[in-house]
Amino acid sequence: MIRYIIRRLLWVLVTLLLVALITYTIFFVMPSTDPAVNFAGKQPTPELVARVRELFGLDKPFVVQYGQFVGRLFLGDDYGWPGLGFSFSTRSELKPVILDRLWVTAQLAIGAAILWLMIGIPIGILSALKPRSIFDRLAMGFALFGVSAPVFFIGPVLLYIFWYKLQLLPGTGYYPIEDGLSQWYLHMLLPWCVLALGFAAFYARMSRANLIETMGEDYIRTARAKGLSERRVVLKHGLRASLTPIVTMLGLDLGALLGGAIITETVFNLPGIGQYAVQSDFYAILDITLIAAFFITIANLIVDIVYAFLDPRVRYT
Amino acid sequence: MPEPLLEVKDLSVHFKTEDGLVKAVDGVSFSIMPGEALGVVGESGSGKSVTFLTVMGLTQTAKNAVVEGQILFQGEDLLKVPKEEMREFRGRRISMIFQDPMTSLHPLYKVGYQLSEAIRSHQKVSKSEAMEQSIEMLRRVGIPKPDERVRQYPHEFSGGMRQRAMIAMAISLNPDLLIADEPTTALDVTVQAQILDLIGRLKSEFNAAVVIITHDMGVVAEHCDNIQVMYAGRIAETGARDVIYYQSHHPYTWGLLDSIPRLSETDSHERLNPIKGLPPSLIFVPSGCSFHPRCPYAFDRCTAEVPLLLPSDGMHAAACHLPIADKERIFQERMLARS
Repeated sequence: MIRYIIRRLLWVLVTLLLVALITYTIFFVMPSTDPAVNFAGKQPTPELVARVRELFGLDKPFVVQYGQFVGRLFLGDDYGWPGLGFSFSTRSELKPVILDRLWVTAQLAIGAAILWLMIGIPIGILSALKPRSIFDRLAMGFALFGVSAPVFFIGPVLLYIFWYKLQLLPGTGYYPIEDGLSQWYLHMLLPWCVLALGFAAFYARMSRANLIETMGEDYIRTARAKGLSERRVVLKHGLRASLTPIVTMLGLDLGALLGGAIITETVFNLPGIGQYAVQSDFYAILDITLIAAFFITIANLIVDIVYAFLDPRVRYT
Repeated sequence: MPEPLLEVKDLSVHFKTEDGLVKAVDGVSFSIMPGEALGVVGESGSGKSVTFLTVMGLTQTAKNAVVEGQILFQGEDLLKVPKEEMREFRGRRISMIFQDPMTSLHPLYKVGYQLSEAIRSHQKVSKSEAMEQSIEMLRRVGIPKPDERVRQYPHEFSGGMRQRAMIAMAISLNPDLLIADEPTTALDVTVQAQILDLIGRLKSEFNAAVVIITHDMGVVAEHCDNIQVMYAGRIAETGARDVIYYQSHHPYTWGLLDSIPRLSETDSHERLNPIKGLPPSLIFVPSGCSFHPRCPYAFDRCTAEVPLLLPSDGMHAAACHLPIADKERIFQERMLARS
């Protein structure tokens, strides 16, 4: 098992290097604002721009720049480890900015995750236990809506209703938890709900489908033949088998969300890394892309390991 | 005369489907004595499994099932017993084992846990005591190192061992009736014999009645006292084992006996002798005798009138319109042709 984990971690490394390479290449190939111009300030002279380029090694060949970046990333730069560089626009180091924003994104992601699990899975289970009933049809109708309605539509609609018209909730923006628990909570409530809606719908459908399939398995018939109570048959025999794929999905979804819930953060003006990625600051985008890739690959690894714990038939040699 | 353990009277199980009413079991009556070994034989779709799943109360979970008739177990009509009480019967007084032990055991729980669960759902014992009993049961079904095996998962067992474990689970509470639904179909031939021997041995040790459901007449030949042949949801013939094998009175039974593959020393090119045709649709059951489309001896009465299961002598009964004299003659001819 340990050897398997080490092998997977090496692949994480390879993935990150590849992601960095591709992102670098895109920046070189695509026309975008020259970072040197950003750094140099208002209406810089060509000489100034040239000096800035030389200063930051932006005139060096691609391979050299990429190599230097990778080196700095893993060995640290002037601002500490990992070497996340600095922003050409603000001329300040990126690491604290990114870490702060990552914390906001994490709050959004984890809060939404708890909400969507608490809503989606019970709905899915109840639908599976009473297929084609009124409840099932309504629940799956809700699921269809939730999966289809885009965040940039639902978000403003709910803001309009709950903030503008009913004045029940505060508007957009982020309130750190140190500044007040209830303010923090009220500001996060709508973003959590809006982000959780699509996932809850999806998880409801998945748990319903999984449970229906599991309840048709032979070992459920055996459990009933043993004389177990129906509650035990469903909860201990049915659910246990049908929820393991949900755990996998949860890990992957969280991994992806930690790379930034871009639309939600933008709609609600939350200073997460998703919102920060929508701009043209070279190192910032590079860093965020790498962080997203990191979380996704690590989430994949964790999910695979957890699955081996949940399903004894899966063992890694 | 001792009281029958199980008396099924006019049982019918129909399923309402989009395509029509599926008559899986259509007017079946029989009885089983305590300690009896009954073999129930028939092709897929004959209604043999559904009959006994209904005895266990497991078909009634389907919302489109229509069950009529009576199932008297030790005098009580199981079809009138409330669901909660039926749970007391299942696993404790009547047990069932199924065809494929790999899919019939829960893949994510250890075998010991699954056995103990069966015990603890009917008896107030502690976890460790139930585990002790489970280990003992595994030993009794012939699994070596049972104290290690209880901590393993089903996928770590071989096919034969899994079926033994299922048998252990079914027998752990000393049921009066054990129903084995195709217990050997998913196993190798060599293992089949072991499992059947095991069932036979446990039957005498535990004093239980056993029903072996199978499509293979070879399987029931050695271990059953009586045999019941089912076709298209009805009983075609029933009687003592020797009578069915050596003096049967139903063309379907003859067909089944003829289709048993034989190792022939004289003619290595001997072909298999299946019954021509296919089992009928259970929605559009043929009129009269449901076997008549495939019966080489059918005559006009067979298409018009459903033959009743009438006893010809003693316990032996066959649902066929042919006169007995004709049946015995045909049977003799077929025996000669076979040898």
